[in-house]
Amino acid sequence: MEIVYVYTKKRAEFGRQCNFSDRAAELHVDIAPDDNALEDFIERDPVDIGIQCVQEMSEHDANTERFETGARGINHTEGGWPKDINPHEVEQVTRYRKKVEKDEMYISAVLQLGTSMEHCIKQNNAIDIYEEYFEDVNAETIDEAASAKTINVFRDPNEIKRTATHISWFPDGPRKLAVAYCNLQFQSTSPDTSMDSYIWDVENPNKPEMTLKPVSPLVCLEYNPKDSHILLGGCYNGQIAYWDTRKGSQPVELTPIEQSHRDPAYKTVWIQSKTGTECFSTSTDGQVLWWDIRKMGEPTDKMYLDKKQEFANAQGAYCLEYEPTMPTKFMTGTEQGNIISCNRKAKTPLDKIAATFTGHIGPVYALQRNPHFTKNFLSIGDWCARIWSEDIRESSIMWTKQYSSYLTDGCWSPIRPAVFFLTKMDGTLDVWDIIFKQNNPTLTLQVCDVPLYSLRVQESGKLVAAGSQDGTTTLLELSEGLYSMARNEKNLVTAMFERETRREKILDARHREIRLKERGKTEGSKGEKRGSSDDFKQAEGEEGEKPAEEEEQYQEEDLYAKAEKEFFSIIEAEKKKQPTPSQDFDDVEKKGPEEDGEEKTNGNAETENKD
Amino acid sequence: MAAEVEETLKRIQGHRGVTGTIVVNSEGIPIKTTLDNSTTVQYASLIHSLTAKARSTVRDIDPSNDLKFLRIRSRKNEIMCAPDKEFLLIVIQQDDQS
Repeated sequence: MEIVYVYTKKRAEFGRQCNFSDRAAELHVDIAPDDNALEDFIERDPVDIGIQCVQEMSEHDANTERFETGARGINHTEGGWPKDINPHEVEQVTRYRKKVEKDEMYISAVLQLGTSMEHCIKQNNAIDIYEEYFEDVNAETIDEAASAKTINVFRDPNEIKRTATHISWFPDGPRKLAVAYCNLQFQSTSPDTSMDSYIWDVENPNKPEMTLKPVSPLVCLEYNPKDSHILLGGCYNGQIAYWDTRKGSQPVELTPIEQSHRDPAYKTVWIQSKTGTECFSTSTDGQVLWWDIRKMGEPTDKMYLDKKQEFANAQGAYCLEYEPTMPTKFMTGTEQGNIISCNRKAKTPLDKIAATFTGHIGPVYALQRNPHFTKNFLSIGDWCARIWSEDIRESSIMWTKQYSSYLTDGCWSPIRPAVFFLTKMDGTLDVWDIIFKQNNPTLTLQVCDVPLYSLRVQESGKLVAAGSQDGTTTLLELSEGLYSMARNEKNLVTAMFERETRREKILDARHREIRLKERGKTEGSKGEKRGSSDDFKQAEGEEGEKPAEEEEQYQEEDLYAKAEKEFFSIIEAEKKKQPTPSQDFDDVEKKGPEEDGEEKTNGNAETENKD
Repeated sequence: MAAEVEETLKRIQGHRGVTGTIVVNSEGIPIKTTLDNSTTVQYASLIHSLTAKARSTVRDIDPSNDLKFLRIRSRKNEIMCAPDKEFLLIVIQQDDQS
């Protein structure tokens, strides 16, 4: 069949008609040579020309197209038999083989090949040409400088980049990484931003292995250590969802909004249980909720991060610490910079909060017990990382220098008890080895130019994944010294932690002594002087437990009158330069710096002792 | 002559560490084997294609050259392949030390 379509257009629409015709050549303009103009011409002499002695070069670069690879499987079946033979018929097969065996070619070939083959076999039996001569010579561990190299970089494939907020390693071997992506800046998420999070194959940075499609962007994502198909995620809207990678990208079940967190679910943790289905989560709304993924309709348990269990006063938490060997205990790091140690199975609700550790002046972003010494834990907040002992609540036992940029995440090495990692806002990752150096990190790596937000070390301690603000996750491989434990490392670290704990205890006792002495004096003297002594207490920076009666009086008194009185008492004291309160002042001031000095020098002296 | 062939193969099989001998024809069909069927078929097809590839590599590098012998040293054993125009002799030998 022929399809014909006629296009029609009016002649008038083509414009004026052209009429071509022959015509003789005609001259339009004639310019005659001008001799006067020649006089104006000045010859240049001498002539300056710049020349280069070296070969001229230019820089070019070309961007090759990205090579996308894929994996395909092929099923091999037996074949190659002559057409008339059915390989499944035993009789035909044997007959064919017999026929070949009688072939002249076959006989000569086998005889010939047999000799060369025999030669090789005998050779193999006579001498092991691949023998490793120095196999049992144990190479002494070479002290090489700590280093790390980037293995792969996984970029957020979406147009609008989001922060890689949380990373989780595949529990069975270092093959996969689950990364949660979410824009954490309040109300700056554009409606076109993708909500997906991805599971990456460590080998393939081109394409995520799997996409997780939550209803609200994921803030955290955690593999179930018992079942590597199951992942738990905390959403930006506070819901908790779980995925089964065998069942696709959609979450299997979500917690109902009204039962969930009211703020982003910043951290979810799997609980060591027989079924492997229990987990708990926390958020900046101050709740800790326990869940069972078989029954996501409501939390199995609930707790508020407040001493009196009041929701209104609860402190918002950014991180959770859970150690499977202590199933009922856990710790949270709050927005206010406190670390709260809790006991889920406490007898009364008021006992649920066992202890509070204060020290950070900004939110605590990471919290982890040392995998070898569970009494000691690491916390990351404001500009420094601190190591604490459970026995001492007043102060941390060790701390890093004050960084110039804010810290975002940190964790211990799972293998070496003395090594921990930190990520910072300036895009660097620090590796600390407290046996090697206490004042400075052993290794500082500029991972990227944008702030780093998350960090996770693989179980073997060799691979570290760090997620940044623009959604790139960098996979780093550490040098051997950072993931192989030295022979006496455990003893050294134990000794160090114990010594630091003892030091803090002594300092603490001394502080208390001074305070008691001070209190004894103030109680003896008149109310007039109390103002100044209170002032001293604040100056000392100790949030001491003031006697209750004193506090009551405090409230009753007119603040204005009190301040006035205080002012005059100080002035008077300064004028006279002799009354008791001012002497106390001097005393304390002298003691104060001394102690501070002690603390500082202590740190340095230890460095030398440890080596 | 056929008896001599049998003799040769038996002798090879009798050497220390030898766990299998397979003779494969140019199509990859196992003619003679001392292993069970499924293992034989697997070895025959895989080694045959590998040998063909190795041979074409050698010939591509130098057209006047040819593959004489192929030894595959693996963690568990050594697979030795002696190729011929029509046939391929495969011998699997366990590592002496292991």
